[in-house]
Amino acid sequence: MKPSRLLLLGNEAIARGLVEAGCAVATAYPGTPSSEILPAVARFRADEKLGGHVQWAVNEKVAFEIAYAASISGLRAAVSMKQVGLNVASDPLMSAAYMGAKGGFLVISADDPGPHSSQTEQDSRLMAMMAKIPVLDPASPLQAKQMVAAGFRLSEEFSIPVLLRPTTRVCHSRQDIELSVPAPCELNPDYRKDPLRWAATPKFRFKLHGELEDKLARIAGWEATRPVQLNRARGGSLAVVASGVAAAHAAEIFKALGLWENLPLYQVLQPYPLHTDFCRKILESCESVLVLEETTGVIEMQLASRGQVRGKLSGDVPSVGEILPEDIEQIVAGFAGVKVAARRIQQAPGRRPTLCAGCPHRAAFFAIKKAAPKGVYPSDIGCYTLGLNLGAVDTVLCMGAAVSQAAGFHHALKNRAKQPPIVATIGDSTFFHSGIAPLVDSVVQKVPFVLVILDNSTTAMTGNQPTAASGWGVNGESLARVDLAAVVKGCGVGFCRQADPYAIKEFAALLKEALAYCRDHGPAVVISKRPCLLDLRRRGGNWEPKQVVVTEACDGCGFCVTQFECPALVLAEGDKQVVLDTMVCTGCGVCVEVCPKKALEVVG
Amino acid sequence: MKNGTAQQLVISGVGGQGVLFLTRLLAEAAMDKGLAVFTSETHGMAQRGGTVISHLKVGDFTSPMIRPGCADGLLVLKEENLDLHAGYGRAGAWAVVNSRHPVPSRQGDCPLEVATVDAFGLAREVASPRSSNLVVLGRAITICRDMFCGPDDIVRVLERRLAGDEQRLHKAVTAFRAGMKAQQ
Repeated sequence: MKPSRLLLLGNEAIARGLVEAGCAVATAYPGTPSSEILPAVARFRADEKLGGHVQWAVNEKVAFEIAYAASISGLRAAVSMKQVGLNVASDPLMSAAYMGAKGGFLVISADDPGPHSSQTEQDSRLMAMMAKIPVLDPASPLQAKQMVAAGFRLSEEFSIPVLLRPTTRVCHSRQDIELSVPAPCELNPDYRKDPLRWAATPKFRFKLHGELEDKLARIAGWEATRPVQLNRARGGSLAVVASGVAAAHAAEIFKALGLWENLPLYQVLQPYPLHTDFCRKILESCESVLVLEETTGVIEMQLASRGQVRGKLSGDVPSVGEILPEDIEQIVAGFAGVKVAARRIQQAPGRRPTLCAGCPHRAAFFAIKKAAPKGVYPSDIGCYTLGLNLGAVDTVLCMGAAVSQAAGFHHALKNRAKQPPIVATIGDSTFFHSGIAPLVDSVVQKVPFVLVILDNSTTAMTGNQPTAASGWGVNGESLARVDLAAVVKGCGVGFCRQADPYAIKEFAALLKEALAYCRDHGPAVVISKRPCLLDLRRRGGNWEPKQVVVTEACDGCGFCVTQFECPALVLAEGDKQVVLDTMVCTGCGVCVEVCPKKALEVVG
Repeated sequence: MKNGTAQQLVISGVGGQGVLFLTRLLAEAAMDKGLAVFTSETHGMAQRGGTVISHLKVGDFTSPMIRPGCADGLLVLKEENLDLHAGYGRAGAWAVVNSRHPVPSRQGDCPLEVATVDAFGLAREVASPRSSNLVVLGRAITICRDMFCGPDDIVRVLERRLAGDEQRLHKAVTAFRAGMKAQQ
């Protein structure tokens, strides 16, 4: 018998909610802070011996459309992603809002105020507003689990997709959570042709838009998602309205500041559409309302009485970054007129992230700098973004942009007297996600650049999820493999060669060959093939470490530390020689080729 | 749930040191005692060798995060992090720091009772370098008199989590006990 209480990560709590609510189809593309949701769905489902379909998709748009088709067929379905993934899936989202849902349809978009591991701090609740669908904003893992159930009910009652918007502090918190027995999972589809709805032409879209507005007006009065008062304080002239984890922080801070008994604290569960009567009552009864939410003033802008509402728009709450509990303490104390000492952790830089010891990307970047020292280096989203530290990454925009930006930089820079070589880098998973279309485009335009596909056979940064080339799925089940080189060639690329980046000299020579080719023929692709060492070890792959030593020839020039930045090579201030940290060293032996003084040797 | 127990701990280190493992170990030990638990963790980009901090709150809390000046204790797996995260400690809080040499207790704005343990050295000596996190925990559980759980609770969780991997379990328990015996 399994324990009925488990310590669950917020993402696992969401997954448990999906399984308990009978979600038949779950899809995702990995992205911090959302990545743990889908594997947990697969695990819980396997534990409970439930059917249905769970899969990683090649990108968020594809994931969305697969899950949405299940909803159209009458099944409960969910798609999860990080907030910038919702940008990729925004095309189907906007249309699905009009067409609505049949089986409950949850879109889970995890936001990352801070940002801790993202390009932007965008607020997915604004996307819900733009699409005109309701959004739920959980304060804790437990509440996220409960909101999954409420979200499915809301979706089915109003035939509308529902957005669930957890933030990093919910996704990556753990809480002890009571498990329930999963509801029977409905797997019998109820697919009915209804082209006027599911293939609506503009005339019918107009009608659907009208229906959507009507749904929203009714959802703004739905009982189950009405704002709740967290304390019992009776209303005076002030009130605080919070949502998401800010509400959880606020509750503790109210107690610490002695405000719990006398200042009403409301939690908004559904920031959009904000409940109509709540808006009206709170603005009628209070002189001043403080709104605490992340990261945009979504609730604040719906409380449309600027003189009465304090928040981001009024400048009382910062518009940038996470609102930490210590920030909330100051803001609430100021609002309520109580004194509290300012306590703040100085945001010291700490240690910057770096590629792992033995990471094949480091070797590839070193070779790129060697082959094209004055190059332009567009790059992309993944571990290899950290090639920044090595000076081998100039730009990082969004998934797949390395390829289109390489083309763009060529067109922008081609009238320079001396054209710089362009070497773009992209990971294997990112290439499948968004790199194919721009590669086709650059073939058509015959753009001279080298694309290095850093093929480590995994989606490493987000926790080693499979790629389209892996041949296995989220359950570990066997799947078909897509051959990366065949895809590249299929895009029309005439030069596609593969090499091991650990052999730096040979790899750099191949890059030079590719650079020469691309000048007359258009894009050349080099596949840097070497598995992620973390993934290889986890999966019990073959790995024979070499033993590297620092010899007397080391004069402490620091070249290996600044140009190669392997965390195993340490040159502390005042040290005359580099020290090899044997705890960190993986024995890849690549540094031996890097040292200009030949002071690193493989022994044994 | 037992009433009255409320403890807030900060666990600080760099990616790859086992901060998450330690956090989870303590959280499960609390659950075994019927206590409510919240943790807040660092995942993603920051895990690649960057500074990592976990918050652990045992008892009646609603927020997963610890405010500065509120932590009862700090487990510091990398000495350089003490300066970064000392501010989380309340007046009179303790900190166990992985360091080869003594670190003075801190006065001033964030006073801390600091104890040290050569976790890398001890872990390498008795188990494996990767067990240094458990050496720090062993030391912490010895010096902190009112910790919500005791050594046996930790060993029980280790036995459950590492069931089936006798070698790793043995190393983990050995490292933990070495931390308990360490005196500096």
